[in-house]
Amino acid sequence: MGFKIMPKSALVDWVNHLRAGYRVVGPQPRHGQYVFAEINDPADLALDYPTSVLPPKQYLLPPREVLFNFQNSGMRIEANIKVEPTVILGVHTCDMHAIRLLDHVHNNGYADQHYQTHRANTYLVSIECLKPCMEHSFCKSMGTLTVPEEFDLHLTDLGTAYTVDIGSEKGEKLLEGFDQVWEASDDDYQLLSRVLTEKWPRFSYRLDFDVTELPDILNLSQKSGYWNELGDRCLACGMCTKVCPTCYCFDVSDNVDLTLKNGQRVRTWDSCQVEEFALVAGGHNFRSKRALRQRHRFLRKGKYQYEAFGMVGCVGCGRCAQACLVHITPVETFNELYRRSQRTEPAEVKA
Amino acid sequence: MTTLLKETLQHSSIYIPTIARITAVRDLTELEKLFTLELPHHYSLSHRPGQFVEVSLMGVGEAPISITSSPSRTNSVFELCIRRVGNLTNALHQLQPGQFVGIRGPFGHGFPFERFRGKDLLFVPGGLGLAPLRSLINEVLDDRGKYGRITILYGARSPQDLLFRDELAEWQARADVDLHVTVDRPDDTWGGNIGVITTLFKNLHLHARNTVAVVVGPPVMYRFVLMELLGKGISEGNIWFSFERRMKCGVGKCGHCQLQHIYTCQDGPSFSYADIKHLEEAL
Repeated sequence: MGFKIMPKSALVDWVNHLRAGYRVVGPQPRHGQYVFAEINDPADLALDYPTSVLPPKQYLLPPREVLFNFQNSGMRIEANIKVEPTVILGVHTCDMHAIRLLDHVHNNGYADQHYQTHRANTYLVSIECLKPCMEHSFCKSMGTLTVPEEFDLHLTDLGTAYTVDIGSEKGEKLLEGFDQVWEASDDDYQLLSRVLTEKWPRFSYRLDFDVTELPDILNLSQKSGYWNELGDRCLACGMCTKVCPTCYCFDVSDNVDLTLKNGQRVRTWDSCQVEEFALVAGGHNFRSKRALRQRHRFLRKGKYQYEAFGMVGCVGCGRCAQACLVHITPVETFNELYRRSQRTEPAEVKA
Repeated sequence: MTTLLKETLQHSSIYIPTIARITAVRDLTELEKLFTLELPHHYSLSHRPGQFVEVSLMGVGEAPISITSSPSRTNSVFELCIRRVGNLTNALHQLQPGQFVGIRGPFGHGFPFERFRGKDLLFVPGGLGLAPLRSLINEVLDDRGKYGRITILYGARSPQDLLFRDELAEWQARADVDLHVTVDRPDDTWGGNIGVITTLFKNLHLHARNTVAVVVGPPVMYRFVLMELLGKGISEGNIWFSFERRMKCGVGKCGHCQLQHIYTCQDGPSFSYADIKHLEEAL
């Protein structure tokens, strides 16, 4: 839809220009790490951030969201989907792939109007990753090192300027009335081409196999003893799912005020790693063991979601590995399962 | 006249229930009550046997409950059999006729009863499993001519735990229904079979190749009943279950009912054994 150049010196002005019409969020340094938060001072924006503690998922699926308000014990019910047009700046390509999956999940079958409303009011400004962000990321192996088509604007850092790829009419709106963008010249295109070519070798393949084999490898691993090894280490804290850009499971609870007649039904992020997640009313727990819950998590990311939606559920961001207190990492898990699947003697099945 | 589901889909949020009025409450056992509910504006429930609705009380919560009335006897009035087992169901048990609950649904896939036509049917409800199966049994009995022999094997913990005793007596009296009941723990009044539900299979004679078995009960029951059914020669595709999971949202989002790549609330809760045989964690 268009390709522009924005000098880096214009960035502060552009953010201020956006703030006049939108809530603007982006990566900012906090306590030695980076978080997505509302930008009150454009100087705080750190577009060259390595990774963020949480993905920008929270703006599409808030950690706590009111589904509806009720009055008079439910005789009057109103959904209250709060919308605030929001620009998210600096979304990495792995997180863009995660949003692509979240879009699919919430738009299909019974549509989730809460997600849809947030999403329709969200403007995604993604940025090209030019170097690995941290030791645990493996985007190149997962095929998420290039941006999917969901972006509204996509930036690439050319040193003194950003290229601005306009992906949608929403993206065009973000540049409306801002005059510090120019048409890209032939030199700009050549520089972009060089930047993109040079970035690729900086990333390494972290998986010992091709990602297209992942669903089959996981399928073969169903009875692997490796899950018990992970289960013995796992603390069932649920951090891995909290920081995951593609986790969207939730719990539902009611909050009433002191009249006991008025209140809210609320959903909050939930985790398949906590013990009671698959517990039913009669007391049966379908995944009572940590090993089973770890298996569920990894198979869900690498197999089930692929079977259900045609998309692998892990985008290789590495946040779960960084968050895990006992060093359970997807790279090591997937590679170890691959190694065991290559053995001729399936030793672990015997037990 | 619109259906409840179409009405639900008109809401600004899929999570908003429609308010239904309780028209009758009947004690079935110490733990279970039968609620008759009426939808507003003559919305029809239009469910299939085996489907469930999400039932909510504002301020307490929401839970999936199977529909116990059959489509043949349901329009905008329907029945739920509810066991008192947690916060929500305890609160529901306090309700009286004239009070209100929230309803969403019906959700999930029910039993494909059209495919059962012309076959002999073996119903195996255990405990509260009779609640969802009653929907299918009455649907079949109301169209009796389309089905072959009908056998019901019902197991409960004790004579006091038997659900729908008036209907059990009706089925017992019918010449075209073969009903066998067993209890684990008899009392002085009990003159019937004693033992777990699999003890009823001993003297059972089936035309295995032409029999569809439908089994609904607590998770622990399935493996043992399955062994009996396969032992009798019933084919894997003709053995049907209904799975219990914690379907918090009912619409394939919250993740609690996920069984591998399947959301039980969407693709189930009814499954044939052939469908789920290779799924870890299914049973």
